[in-house]
Amino acid sequence: MSTTSTPLKDTGVGKKAAGPVEWLDDRIGLAGLVRKNIRKVFPDHWSFLLGEIALWSFVVLLLTGTFLTFWFQPSMAEVPYDGSYDPLRGLEMSQAYASTLNISFDIRGGLLVRQIHHWAAALFMAAIIAHMLRVFFTGAYRKPRELNWLIGIGLFAIGLIEGFAGYSLPDDLLSGTGLRFVDGLIRSIPVVGTYIEFFVFGGEFPGELIIARLYMAHIFLLPGLLLGLIAAHMVLLVYHKHTQWPGPGRTEKNVVGYPMLPVYAAKAGGFFFVVFGFTTLMAATLQINPIWAYGPYNPSEVTAGSQPDWYMGWVEGAVRIMPNWEFTIGPQTISLNVFIPAVLLMGILFTVLAIWPFFESWVTGDKKEHHLLQRPRNAPTRTAFGVAGMTFYGVCWIAGGNDIIALKFNLDIFTITWMARVLVFVGPVIAFIVTRRICISLQRKDNDAILHGYETGIIVRSAEGSYAEAHAPLPPEKAFALTARPRVPELTAPVSEDENGVANPDGRKARLRAWAKRFFYAHDVDKPTRFEVEDAAHHFHDDVYPPHDFPDDFSGVSETGVPKQH
Amino acid sequence: MRFLSTHRRHPLAGYAVLLFGLLLAAALYAAFAPGKADADTATNDPAKIEEGRELFLVGCASCHGMNAEGIMTVAGGNYGPSLVGVGAAAVDFQVGTGRMPMAQSAPQAIRKEPVYTDEETDALAAYIASLGPGPAVPDEEYTDVSEISQEELTRGGEFFRTNCTACHNSVGAGGALPSGRFAPSLQGVSEKHLYEAMLTGPQQMPVFSDDVISPEDKRAIIAYIKNVQNQPQAGFGGGGLGPVVDGMFAWIIGIGGLVAVAVWLAAHGARVKKKRS
Ligand code: HEC
Ligand code: HEC
Ligand code: HEM
Repeated sequence: MSTTSTPLKDTGVGKKAAGPVEWLDDRIGLAGLVRKNIRKVFPDHWSFLLGEIALWSFVVLLLTGTFLTFWFQPSMAEVPYDGSYDPLRGLEMSQAYASTLNISFDIRGGLLVRQIHHWAAALFMAAIIAHMLRVFFTGAYRKPRELNWLIGIGLFAIGLIEGFAGYSLPDDLLSGTGLRFVDGLIRSIPVVGTYIEFFVFGGEFPGELIIARLYMAHIFLLPGLLLGLIAAHMVLLVYHKHTQWPGPGRTEKNVVGYPMLPVYAAKAGGFFFVVFGFTTLMAATLQINPIWAYGPYNPSEVTAGSQPDWYMGWVEGAVRIMPNWEFTIGPQTISLNVFIPAVLLMGILFTVLAIWPFFESWVTGDKKEHHLLQRPRNAPTRTAFGVAGMTFYGVCWIAGGNDIIALKFNLDIFTITWMARVLVFVGPVIAFIVTRRICISLQRKDNDAILHGYETGIIVRSAEGSYAEAHAPLPPEKAFALTARPRVPELTAPVSEDENGVANPDGRKARLRAWAKRFFYAHDVDKPTRFEVEDAAHHFHDDVYPPHDFPDDFSGVSETGVPKQH
Repeated sequence: MRFLSTHRRHPLAGYAVLLFGLLLAAALYAAFAPGKADADTATNDPAKIEEGRELFLVGCASCHGMNAEGIMTVAGGNYGPSLVGVGAAAVDFQVGTGRMPMAQSAPQAIRKEPVYTDEETDALAAYIASLGPGPAVPDEEYTDVSEISQEELTRGGEFFRTNCTACHNSVGAGGALPSGRFAPSLQGVSEKHLYEAMLTGPQQMPVFSDDVISPEDKRAIIAYIKNVQNQPQAGFGGGGLGPVVDGMFAWIIGIGGLVAVAVWLAAHGARVKKKRS
């Protein structure tokens, strides 16, 4: 730490607060705990703020959601609408829909708050996924953080359901269509589907209970779970301490960054206002979910462009591209056309996500603790798997908007569907191969920079008249960061027999594991050895333009010939 | 359109609209008031029919045949369908919205600048109407929605949601149909053409004859469409295309913008000083 700060108790505020704080401390004695945690250190990198975007948009959701509960009525009882929106006045509709219209048109600030709430929800899910991807691609889930990863998966899953429940509450035509979709999902579960449907909807769809039930889940059960899990997530985070990028002075045993107070708390607190301000700005300028335009839900109506909110879009897409496989066994209709792409696929996604950390450590045999993050390129196979998964998700997602794409780009909707059907299988494979190659090339490039320095952009003419670009050694901090990764482990063939010729009892499993490990590491480029680095260092002296001639603050010349600042 | 919608709150906008409205009313009066009398007779006016026939021979016969009997392709398909009995309304719609004469062979004839003047369109309509009975161009009584009652407006909405939104989307933003066809946006379509579209059911669109939806209900639908399209928007609306566009905004503007802030925050901390010693 290079900053020095005045101890809190010596500041003006500190002196004034001392009395009450002492009073409190005498009674609940938290000082020790706080004193210890107040100096917790958090490292700084923009991608560590993705989780915070999720956190703060959740807080925004709580605040705006509370406002909405003052006026929303979770009832499916029919009432004639008599609010101020002309084109619907006199129409019979559920109280839920009517009260949402009232919030939009007759409650001061209601529409703005509704729009903030909806944008914050869209942002919350986006931030969760972005945050999860950052955790995945940097290997932050490795021991000891597997539990926090699992909590994260729980948050992701509950967030999905929470968002869906909210989307269904206003009981407009889109909500109802979305509920109908989920009803189909539930029913497609073989054998028990219909029973579950009756249980969930209290009878046949849509029934008269579902809005009230969803409301309870949306404002009480799910937020409660989210809140509890987020608290656990944060406690574990503080307990494990945050991971950090490798760099000088940063090891697996320490954390370099800001203390919780005053710096980090100020930054994080400030970021809350940025997130809140940002969602408010979006809500004030961008329309979202104009329920009055959709009309009240009526099972006999539907609108072109019916879509779920974006985070369910990939499920919608998977259903859209699934061939129509359906058959009956006796009285049972088995709807594989819905069951596979929706229920099964979602199950697979969450299962794969949940077991990944354990699977990876089984494959690599790595049981050590990790507090230093990995750059995505330094785990090429993992990164490639991640990108392949994103490609799969992306293709499904695009397929979910096939009608909008067809309309806006003048394409044939069937062509898009067929392309998606092919791409959903081929795309991930191509993405895997390409990503892994890119990672490996980047590893080579790093090694090159370590051994031969970086390109300065200075072209030198030698005495013989040949031209060459001068290289300069990397600044030491940079070279350190690049080499602060573990070596690629040696890959040995599994022993199928011991020296006495006795077959290894778990030979099959060991062989499988060895194969997986080879697949995981085989193409990795190892970092240069100490000898190679020292050897390469000598060559700088034979260089056309010896680096020690550069001024101290020099770090290369850009394409336009201007000296760069590193 | 963009210019209009962004400037609609300009202090002078009210006067401009008023002025425009007055001019329009005057122009409409000039166009229709005297024409009304002979509009009825026009359909039977032999001179008008003859004028229409000549226009038809030049502009339409190549596809629809010399006597509008239609032309078959070699494969047995329709090069241009028979127009006998399609009525004046179909011609007025197809020619008035610029769909006919069709420009190139596409999955569907699209809306474009009309090629014919109103007079010529009338003449063409008169000619086709003379070939066989068919729906006539609607009376102004059913396309004038200025006097619509509250109750009718709400009813129009119900009819619209039941019959039209499945293809045209709930704000009339349009929707995709199989094989590269689509239900077009209803933004800016005139009252008369809305009516005629329902009456004649162009291409993939079903016909909503007067038995299915009475002329009064058609007027209510038109009133609803016009009313909804003139409602103020709660911010830039992504064209009413719904959640797909919202999701795009959430990622690009929301996450994109916040990440930009995060990058800035992480780069401008108390501890981050100019590197390099
Ligand atoms: C390039 C060929 C082509 C030309 C030129 C053309 N049409 Fe058509 N027309 C078609 C085709 C094809 C259809 C049927 C499919 C469609 O509606 O897009 C059609 C449909 C129509 C219909 C609708 C028929 C119905 O059943 O409702 C009318 C009315 C019509 N044309 C009138 C005209 C008139 C009037 C002209 C001349 C101004 C004209 N067309 C010129 C090809 C043509
Ligand atoms: C089965 C889908 C379908 C339904 C339902 C439907 N339409 Fe259409 N509509 C279409 C298609 C397709 C076209 C394009 C026809 C063409 O280009 O010739 C169209 C064209 C139109 C047009 C012409 C728009 C323009 O750009 O000139 C209007 C107006 C229209 N429809 C109104 C309605 C109304 C009002 C209803 C409800 C009473 C309705 N439609 C119901 C499919 C539909
Ligand atoms: C409600 C949703 C979530 C909230 C509010 C949230 C919040 C946070 C915050 C603020 C951090 C610390 C800053 C950071 O590293 O970004 C964090 C860390 C972490 N999160 Fe989440 N998160 C959520 C969901 C998830 C999900 C879906 C996963 C993965 C499946 C996950 C896994 C992790 C892990 C492993 C860490 C530790 C990272 C490290 O120390 O480098 N979280 N979370």
